[in-house]
Amino acid sequence: MTELSKLTIYEAREGLKSKTFSSVELTQSCLDSIAAAKVLNTFVHHTPELSLESANSSDLRIAKGEAPSMCGIPIGIKDLFCTKGIPSQAGSRILSGFIPEYESTITKQLWDSGAVMLGKLNMDEFAMGSSNETSVYGDVINPWKEKNNAKNLTPGGSSGGSAAAVAADLCLGATGTDTGGSIRQPAAFVGITGLKPTYGRCSRWGVVAFASSLDQAGPMTKSVTDAAIMLEAMAGHDPKDSTSANIPVPCFETFLTGDIRGKKIGIPKEYRIDGMPDEIEALWSDGITMLKAAGAKIVDISLPHTKYALPAYYVVAPAEASSNLARYDGVRFGHRAALSPGDGITEMYEKTRSEGFGEEVQRRIMIGTYVLSAGFYDAYYNRARKIRTLIKKDFEDAFSLGVEAILTPATPSAAFGLGEMKDVDPIAMYLNDIFTVPVNLAGLPGIAIPAGLDKKGLPLGLQLIGKPWEESELLNTAFALEQAIAFSDKPEKWW
Amino acid sequence: MSIDVTTARRVAKLARIAVDEEGLPKLAKELSGILSFMEQLNEVDVDNVEPMTSVTPMELKRRVDEVTDGGQASAILANAPNTKEGFFAVPKVIE
Repeated sequence: MTELSKLTIYEAREGLKSKTFSSVELTQSCLDSIAAAKVLNTFVHHTPELSLESANSSDLRIAKGEAPSMCGIPIGIKDLFCTKGIPSQAGSRILSGFIPEYESTITKQLWDSGAVMLGKLNMDEFAMGSSNETSVYGDVINPWKEKNNAKNLTPGGSSGGSAAAVAADLCLGATGTDTGGSIRQPAAFVGITGLKPTYGRCSRWGVVAFASSLDQAGPMTKSVTDAAIMLEAMAGHDPKDSTSANIPVPCFETFLTGDIRGKKIGIPKEYRIDGMPDEIEALWSDGITMLKAAGAKIVDISLPHTKYALPAYYVVAPAEASSNLARYDGVRFGHRAALSPGDGITEMYEKTRSEGFGEEVQRRIMIGTYVLSAGFYDAYYNRARKIRTLIKKDFEDAFSLGVEAILTPATPSAAFGLGEMKDVDPIAMYLNDIFTVPVNLAGLPGIAIPAGLDKKGLPLGLQLIGKPWEESELLNTAFALEQAIAFSDKPEKWW
Repeated sequence: MSIDVTTARRVAKLARIAVDEEGLPKLAKELSGILSFMEQLNEVDVDNVEPMTSVTPMELKRRVDEVTDGGQASAILANAPNTKEGFFAVPKVIE
């Protein structure tokens, strides 16, 4: 029954409710698909027994008529989430062997709502990367290929395993996290939907921290409706996260009417960057035309500090990372280096961190250390935080003009070949997040949806940015656009 | 601002990451590249702009000062590379 894994969450929920199939059958179909797709390197920790056991208890709940929103739906979990009794390594060697004694709030909420765990998903080390090439588990391979070209492509990052697993129909949905675009960029690269909620909407408790003022988890799914269903299960106030917002979680699904008549959509001129491929330009114009046809009012807006978002991000995020990652010192958990005679505690720290962290993570820790060090704190870190204030104000100014959502491309290119960026300047890789990073700096919700294929046959995505806490409205606008685009392409199965 | 080998060595030391001498020139070059990318930030007038402390305006939550957790030493030690008699064990710190 491998076909069942191709269903959306919405379709599967209907099938489970009408007893057309059981969660055990649905879950088995996903497990079979996962076993047949090892080459994609998406699932890195497998939990088949647990999966079938919880599918079975979901079936019992459904039989009793007490089926919560995600009851019996099999999903994958990014390796960044701590899951009790199941390895959680954040894609890093330094956490090898780490088995959490606790469950992250988000995954706990998902299991409480009946979701079935399929295993842990590959990702860039500590969520630092845009191509899933910094993972200790090795590269994830994008299920999509260029027409008549067998070369392996990146699924994007850092939630590359989540993106590839959903696109290849190995699971019905997956959790992702997004610090600078790590949900939206991979979603765009594999032709799925990825939602980064407002900062504070989903609890960060039990999610391995990268940059705490930017990190936000969200759903990666096959449709906007699925994103709405899954977000509701993930979101909510958590006393264990001091930045978690104590505001009600609406039933996002009920807002999906597709009616966006009269809604003001902003088009920021600063996102028209030099060297942007014509195809992305065309995709963006098509999106504008479709929203207009659906009755939205299109207005040109300006977000003047956009160009400073990336450099500001690459001060703030590494600064926070250097502090957050100080805890990996070989004392309390994870890897500890073998020591030579005479080595003291300083050598233990230095050797452990040198062996345990990959190149990109080391680079970011050191950048963060430098910008926070005495004499440079004001010049870099404080300046970047001031610019962050200005970037947020740009969005606030646009919203105060009545703009309710902003439409932009999701990425400046389609998926590129694995290894292609290996020898270039790290900055070239950072440019992948040029359209997504400002949204994290401003704490806003953003969603990427598939919008078409380029000439080579690869998916491209559009991004919609919403007002804080208005995921309902944002999802509805995305739903209207999704209906107009009617993207239905799937990668041709080669694995 | 360009980073020389001496600064790179100092940063690695502060970050407690062992980098061998041969690795320092490459590290210095990469860090310099990233920092020069950040130089763009100097173009912006930030006079009278408050540095952001919290992206969503919220008050820090408070709770009653009372013990709400504890008694799980074995769970806390479960993942430690080395423990002794209920403590984390590390190489000798004091002479």
